[in-house]
Amino acid sequence: MQTNETKNAGVSGFFGRMIRKQVMIPLAALLLLFLFNLIMDPSFFKIELGYNSAGNPVLSGFLITILDSGSELAILAIGMTLVTAATGGQDISVGATTAIAGSVLLRVLCGTNSRPETLQAPIIVAFLAACVVAMLFGAFNGVLVAVFKIQPMIATLILYTAGRSIAAWINNNELPVVSDESLTYFGEFIPGIPIPTPFFIAVACMIVIGLVLKFTNLRLYTQAVGINENSSKLNGLNPVFIKILSFVILGLCVAVVGLIKVARISTINYSVIAKDIEMDAILAVALGGNALSGGKFNMTASIIGAYVIQCLTTTLYKFQVRSDALPAYKAIVVIVLVIVSAPVVREKFNAFMAKRKVKEAA
Amino acid sequence: MKRKLVSALVCAAMVATVLAGCGNSSSDTASTDAAATEETATDDAAAEDTAAEDTAASGDLIKVGIINNDPNESGYRTANDADMKAMFTEENGYDASFAYSLKNDEQITAAQKFIQDGVDYLLLSAADTAGWDSVLMDAQAAGTRVILFDRTIDADPSLYEASIVSDMEAEGQTAVEWLAGQGLDEYNIIHIQGVMGSAAQQGRTKAVDEMVAANDNWNLVTQQTAEWNAEKAQQIVQSVIDSGQEFNVIYAENDDMAKGAVAALDKANISHGVDGDVIIMGFDTNTWALEELLAGNWNYDGQCNPYQASYIDEVIKTIESGGTIEEKTIIMEEKGFDAETITQEDIDTYGI
Repeated sequence: MQTNETKNAGVSGFFGRMIRKQVMIPLAALLLLFLFNLIMDPSFFKIELGYNSAGNPVLSGFLITILDSGSELAILAIGMTLVTAATGGQDISVGATTAIAGSVLLRVLCGTNSRPETLQAPIIVAFLAACVVAMLFGAFNGVLVAVFKIQPMIATLILYTAGRSIAAWINNNELPVVSDESLTYFGEFIPGIPIPTPFFIAVACMIVIGLVLKFTNLRLYTQAVGINENSSKLNGLNPVFIKILSFVILGLCVAVVGLIKVARISTINYSVIAKDIEMDAILAVALGGNALSGGKFNMTASIIGAYVIQCLTTTLYKFQVRSDALPAYKAIVVIVLVIVSAPVVREKFNAFMAKRKVKEAA
Repeated sequence: MKRKLVSALVCAAMVATVLAGCGNSSSDTASTDAAATEETATDDAAAEDTAAEDTAASGDLIKVGIINNDPNESGYRTANDADMKAMFTEENGYDASFAYSLKNDEQITAAQKFIQDGVDYLLLSAADTAGWDSVLMDAQAAGTRVILFDRTIDADPSLYEASIVSDMEAEGQTAVEWLAGQGLDEYNIIHIQGVMGSAAQQGRTKAVDEMVAANDNWNLVTQQTAEWNAEKAQQIVQSVIDSGQEFNVIYAENDDMAKGAVAALDKANISHGVDGDVIIMGFDTNTWALEELLAGNWNYDGQCNPYQASYIDEVIKTIESGGTIEEKTIIMEEKGFDAETITQEDIDTYGI
């Protein structure tokens, strides 16, 4: 009896610790989705090596699709997590600024001719131009939020509204089409490598942000500003700078996403590119168990959250749920998350657990 | 134990979200909001445009006021606006003023202004079907003749001279008849729809639905909306490929979505187009799409004719010479292009 009891305590203690870990929230959701798919149709997990029409090896299967299509969201989740942590608000203009970044990229690649036979500039130059522009727009949002103290959602509403028109204007309202194949390497596959390139790009972004968080004070400073702006100021931090910096980093993420999105189809459609992606990015942060009111954050959890969303989307496509109903499912997930993480529910939950412990002891 | 139970409950709630079927109301409201906000940016520019061109009025020219939707809206609208601007010039005997808005109330304000300015003709592509009666009556009282183009409105036909429109159902019908003419033993169709509820989606979907209902060898492998978005279309087709279902037709309701679908096929090395395993169908005759046809990568592209100006010109000429318009609703001729018969000339003429 004695041994059994201690064993029990050990196990429940272990689970307790695990449950309390923030990263468990998106992981549990991911496992649930996997479990659901395993029961409904195990072919969900099948991965096949095939060849695309150009004769290059490619991996295919639902899991690969999730890794591929989820890349943009994962990259945006990185920036969105920082903005959320530093400002306690969200940037809703990322979809529109993605259109701008993509438009700039194509403008540099195509020059004045919207249907060039050859690229007018190296892709790296076009990408750097897109980065600069996207970071400037990020800085614009950041200044509105940090200097003029406008609520982030309201401040970014400006670009949310105007961004796609600006994107169309950059290319004189034309729809450039790139025929050069090297651009597709960034959105599809590099010949000879069967794993989709967007996944590599996403991993590269994760490594970069991982190193930055490990070797700089970005995490500490961002959290400090998010938790209490005034006290961080008293401690010698510059909250204005940190907030603008978080928006600029998000701008960089947006430029990377713009590259992938444009490379996927070698063209752009200003009105639908990256449509509603801001909501998914915010949802990824929320699914990661991060407080949308700012402060502490867990980057890994946000990134996993992004893949959970893509997994949900792919699952729903697989089961042929009407795709215009997708936002409703996501909305339900948000509601559940928000309720679970609400302080009132947490308190009740803790009180319940405490009571149970007392009972057990008795 | 109970701690685990609670977490299990939370998880179960999430699974329920996956299982439960739901409506699409949230996405609808979101998209209308976005549309409403996007419009504002262009309105000021529109007003200036009108003012500038009004001052250039001169003697014998026919004064027309043209109210259109924002040319940034789509490639179709850009082509439509360019066509209008090319037709209604001083060389062609017109003194034209333009106003752009995606908002009905602003369009009505612009119409009232045009009527006050004493234009001879008011050309209108209305943002919304309702709310035009009183302003059209004002026009009638002022002797301004109204011609509708591209979109119809809910108003008494006596209030306007003519209405020049596309028949989306006919577009779908033409496409489906072409497909039936291909003589396949079995039609397993991936149907990728536009934004649900739009006129183009409803018209182009109707023909497919009817055909599938009427014939046993016509099946819908999947019918999903990609909301005119290439990337969503790619994901939808990818999902069908990943699940290993057989299909031999992709019916996409615009060119962008057809392009996305083809990207998914290329990735899986499924041949398409002329002599391919899968028939690719698109709409809107974008120049690049017609080039895909010419290259044999796609099979069919249906036209949605943005060139209404010549029809309007004809109507005005008839009225000016004292003739009458017999049929108020003029449906434009719209073609469907087949990859096997399309020529470079077609692309130059019809590509938008």
